[in-house]
Amino acid sequence: MTDTLHPTGNAPYGSIPRKEDARLVRGQGTFVDDITLPGMLYGAILRSPLAHARIVSVDAGPALAHPRVEAVLTGADLADRGLAWMPTLSADVQAVLATDKVRFQGQEIAFVVARDRYAARDALELIAVEYEPLPPVIDVTTAMDPAAPVVRDDLPGTTSNHIFDWTAGDKAAADAVFASADVTVGCDMIYPRSHPAPLETCGIVADFDAVAGRLTVYATTQAPHAHRTLLAMVTGLAEHKIRVVSPDLGGGFGNKVPVYPGYLCAIAASMTIGRPVKWMEDRSENLMSTTFARDYHMHGEIAASADGTILGLRAKVLADHGAFNATAQPAKFPAGFFHIFTGSYDLQAAYCEVTGVYTNKAPGGVAYSCSFRITEAVYLVERLTDMLARRLGIDPAELRMRNLLRPEQFPYACPTGWQYDSGDYPRALALALEIAGYDDLRREQAERRARGEYMGIGISFFTEGVGAGPREHMDILGLGMADGADLRVYPTGKAVLAISVQTQGQGHETTFAQIVAHELGLTPDDVEVVHGDTDRTPFGLGTYGSRSTPVSGAAAVVAARRVRERARAVAAAMLELSADDLEWTDGKWRVRGDPEQAAGIAEIAMAAHSSLALPDGVEGHLDASAVYNPPNLTFPFGAYVCVTDVDAATGEVKVRRFIAVDDCGVRINPMIVEGQLHRGIADGIGMALMQSIAFDDAGNCLSGSFMDYLLPTALECPSPELGTTVTPSPHHPIGAKGVGESATVGSPAAVVNSVMDALAPLGVVHADMPLTPACVWRAIQGRPIRPDLALS
Amino acid sequence: MQVPAQVEYEKATSVEHALALLARYGPQARVLAGGHSLIPMMKLRLAQPEVLIDINGITDLCSINLTGTQLRMGTLTRHAQLLESSLAGEHFAILHDAERVIADPVVRNWGTIGGSLCQADPSEDLSAVFAALKGTMIIHGPDGQREVSAREFHTGPYETVVGPAELLTEIRLPIRRGGGTAYQKVSRRAGDWPVGAAGAAVWLSGDTITDAGIGLTAVGATHFVAAEAEDYLRGQQATEQTLQRAGEIAAQHCRPVSDQRGPADYKQHLARELTTRVLRRAVARARGLPPGAVACGGAASGGAASGGAA
Amino acid sequence: MRVTMTVNGSEYSREVEPRLLLIHFLRDDLGLTGSHWGCDTSNCGACVVWLDETPVKSCTVLTPMAAGRRVTTVEGLGNGARLDPVQVGFQRCHGLQCGFCTPGMMLTARWLLNRNPDPTEADVREAISGQICRCTGYENIVRSVLWTARHEAGAGD
Repeated sequence: MTDTLHPTGNAPYGSIPRKEDARLVRGQGTFVDDITLPGMLYGAILRSPLAHARIVSVDAGPALAHPRVEAVLTGADLADRGLAWMPTLSADVQAVLATDKVRFQGQEIAFVVARDRYAARDALELIAVEYEPLPPVIDVTTAMDPAAPVVRDDLPGTTSNHIFDWTAGDKAAADAVFASADVTVGCDMIYPRSHPAPLETCGIVADFDAVAGRLTVYATTQAPHAHRTLLAMVTGLAEHKIRVVSPDLGGGFGNKVPVYPGYLCAIAASMTIGRPVKWMEDRSENLMSTTFARDYHMHGEIAASADGTILGLRAKVLADHGAFNATAQPAKFPAGFFHIFTGSYDLQAAYCEVTGVYTNKAPGGVAYSCSFRITEAVYLVERLTDMLARRLGIDPAELRMRNLLRPEQFPYACPTGWQYDSGDYPRALALALEIAGYDDLRREQAERRARGEYMGIGISFFTEGVGAGPREHMDILGLGMADGADLRVYPTGKAVLAISVQTQGQGHETTFAQIVAHELGLTPDDVEVVHGDTDRTPFGLGTYGSRSTPVSGAAAVVAARRVRERARAVAAAMLELSADDLEWTDGKWRVRGDPEQAAGIAEIAMAAHSSLALPDGVEGHLDASAVYNPPNLTFPFGAYVCVTDVDAATGEVKVRRFIAVDDCGVRINPMIVEGQLHRGIADGIGMALMQSIAFDDAGNCLSGSFMDYLLPTALECPSPELGTTVTPSPHHPIGAKGVGESATVGSPAAVVNSVMDALAPLGVVHADMPLTPACVWRAIQGRPIRPDLALS
Repeated sequence: MQVPAQVEYEKATSVEHALALLARYGPQARVLAGGHSLIPMMKLRLAQPEVLIDINGITDLCSINLTGTQLRMGTLTRHAQLLESSLAGEHFAILHDAERVIADPVVRNWGTIGGSLCQADPSEDLSAVFAALKGTMIIHGPDGQREVSAREFHTGPYETVVGPAELLTEIRLPIRRGGGTAYQKVSRRAGDWPVGAAGAAVWLSGDTITDAGIGLTAVGATHFVAAEAEDYLRGQQATEQTLQRAGEIAAQHCRPVSDQRGPADYKQHLARELTTRVLRRAVARARGLPPGAVACGGAASGGAASGGAA
Repeated sequence: MRVTMTVNGSEYSREVEPRLLLIHFLRDDLGLTGSHWGCDTSNCGACVVWLDETPVKSCTVLTPMAAGRRVTTVEGLGNGARLDPVQVGFQRCHGLQCGFCTPGMMLTARWLLNRNPDPTEADVREAISGQICRCTGYENIVRSVLWTARHEAGAGD
């Protein structure tokens, strides 16, 4: 139970309360919009109402004449400074302020700077823009037609909307398996465009000190160091003259990974005007212009033998990347880690092709706890598995149990190249079914069906890979995905750990303190965690893809163990023994055979800084750093069961129960782990039942507010029933795997499988998310709805 | 967050004062009650009045009273107050059915029933409720007070008969014996606007329906009323067949529009399904039965199984 | 125009434009940044404060509408150094992660418990159904409120 506290003693893994809560429950967090600097001005962005149009003229004169307006920047102004375009995280370019054309509704046109936010908003209406509308590319399935308008005519030699083709697996082997299989099931399925929608929108306070030549930005960024490097590249300022501070963040979920045009506008404005400039986007800007998630149009196929042995998987995907290719994932993997669509089963062969396409929509695609497209992959394989079960007349739990990888098969090389590190999959599934009371549920379902009531039981079993990643395989814009930790121990035995990752609510100030405390025999209160300020932390690529614990957590462990080894040398000097005479047990260096003779880190730290004579090569301090290059991803996994009740006459779906068994290896703080799982389950319910970013055929975004882009409330989310198995990662220093995204990855398929199971007697085989009442009813009628377009 | 355009502000201390201010400022002035319909429109700059006349100080308009054979509600009554009023709930269960699913608890604390009605969104629930209950709207203006039927109150989307120099002050609901009421709404998520909703009031004499009121929201029913279905039911026995037929007729006379909440065919279906369901519940309540009881003979009872296919 | 109101027990009088939203007045004019904003359409509830002891969405209230009234924000929960039991409950039960929705959630919880000291889980979920949290999936928020209810009833934990 997460409201029972563990006493900490010297083994502080456990559900201790969080250090960050003290300020947050008092309303004393510092979020970007809380920051006010002397002389600060406010920016607002004028955005295009059209999805595709040539810009004929921009007249900012009337806006400049507004008495409270200080400046207006247009694309032309930025172009003069070489700032009108910026690199994206996928090595494309994106317009900061449009110059030639607008390429999505909501694209940035001009930046007004005024004395207060109300005047800035008023002044937007005074800027006159003349557009020449162009036909937009909205439906990704027709974007590659020869006659389709070209979105990216700014790229030399571009004559289509094609971005990339990417494949993984063995086509010949897969084709052979499919050709000879007893049964194949295929399905088109859309994972609709969604949006992470953290409760705090994106924003920045940019402060350029012209005298010092130094830029300070307070920004909503999950990757302060990566942002600093990018800003250096774009502005021409030297990297050490830029300070990026990520204060408290009101959620991130991948939405706060990219550098947005608004950030650069605020920076350019501050550099021009010489005063701090704040820009905070509103919610419609967030939904219409910042990085969306998913938008994968998939055709999946599963091949099996008549007895239910899964043999192979194939997938063909059209990926809608919007108007600029701005996805954030390791550079060698333009489709992220989608090729883990092989799932949790022992396959003979698999092959996938992903084609990336430009459309006249906001850029993005990798966000919202996707673990780099693993959400899409798991959804595909788990839906296909259920469809196969139905085709074969085999219970879906039974089918999975027959096909899950066995513990003795680990480490397991899947057909598309991943090396899953560890797992006991059948045990997790068995536990989930037990918690759910699966057999009783099936009995109840049969009774209800006889009464004409529609109840569904859906299962999802997922393997995901997180903790990117080995630097020789994984880099973003050439920056290898290693992360660091600096650990300093002061003379009184208190420690400060500086890390390069960036919490947005995951509790790093607590969990990382627990990591260090556990390694050094301290209490978490003895360890202060510093993050978010590039002046005070080591370089690293930041938090997303559940990489904090696997990468920075590992770096913290390595650094702590280096501190421990330094401490050993000092302790040996203190005790006038040799280092080999000491062993680390129960939180201290103790004399072998005489454990009462011991020294803890606090006294060793004081000794290190004292006048104690130290042997050659031993320096008078305990500080240490580490940069951790993970040898592999870590592979958390889970088994989920979702029970729904469907009113077939209205299409309403109620999620009655959600059972989740997760294995993320060693759990540093179970209470925090469970909090992440609760959230992911809510994500799954939201995506399965109500969330999508849709467009009409003129390219108008139909989901540009929280009235239209619906997020689940406390009434839609049942109390999750959680179970745990622990299979440590064999290569992580403390066996932890990372968990932040697991439930978001695994849960949508469980919900959709449940609803499809409920509707099976009515002949429904598949319907795309979100399964709104209208969508469910239309599926029953045999006239399904496409969720990404305007309904008619 | 988006913010409103410049506006001037006056605070009215009485109905007369409010009317005087409305007369002074003309059509560019808007009445400000809870603001939870108007201020969101102002933030999106879809509404840009020049003057706001804040009537929150006219506390007389915040009241729920029984007067003779009428329940009278002042238009400044907050949605939360209507939901908590046992007086209102005793006489008209439909009021609580509807308020429970209007917006969310915090919005209900401040939004007013008058504000919602005057906003006249085609998806606004109380419009259908008062249409079903055949309520009367009391409007104060420069020439005194006038009464308009709730079933003639709306002249189009976001338009009512309340003139620029007038103020809606009260809603009156006739209380008649032998009645039962109910409301049901389908939305994509708690607190969302309805995809479709229906409210019903039936009055029985034995098994015969002596009168019926059916209000429909968000499905393009003229004046939020299903008049043809009401006419059909008058004089009929309250059976499963007649209630289903009433649902069909109600649906036939709707002109729903497709939007992201749902396509038109689904909304038409909801009009039929929900009309039947609220009629069943209203009949059960009229008979003094719990709302989920099987209240009348004939095929299928309420719940998941009835009439799935189009 | 000049507006005077009481916020967390202290009176404030300021010159404001009538259109100034109460949330901006509290945050920008009075420096009370504990209340937040997260949407444009009165959906998210990050801005919930009390207006005369009733939770309202302060992004949908104009500052002059609060004139002469009492406003309570998260800074007014609790008593100087002593936390309100709701705040203790949220810490004990991990009812917050990023903390952005938390002030609004706690103010609604405090209001609920003042009216209904022994709510059911359904009562709690209904009370917060107009407020969005993106981090917790609501489970621990519900547990925090129920813990507080038990604790205030003297049942201990």
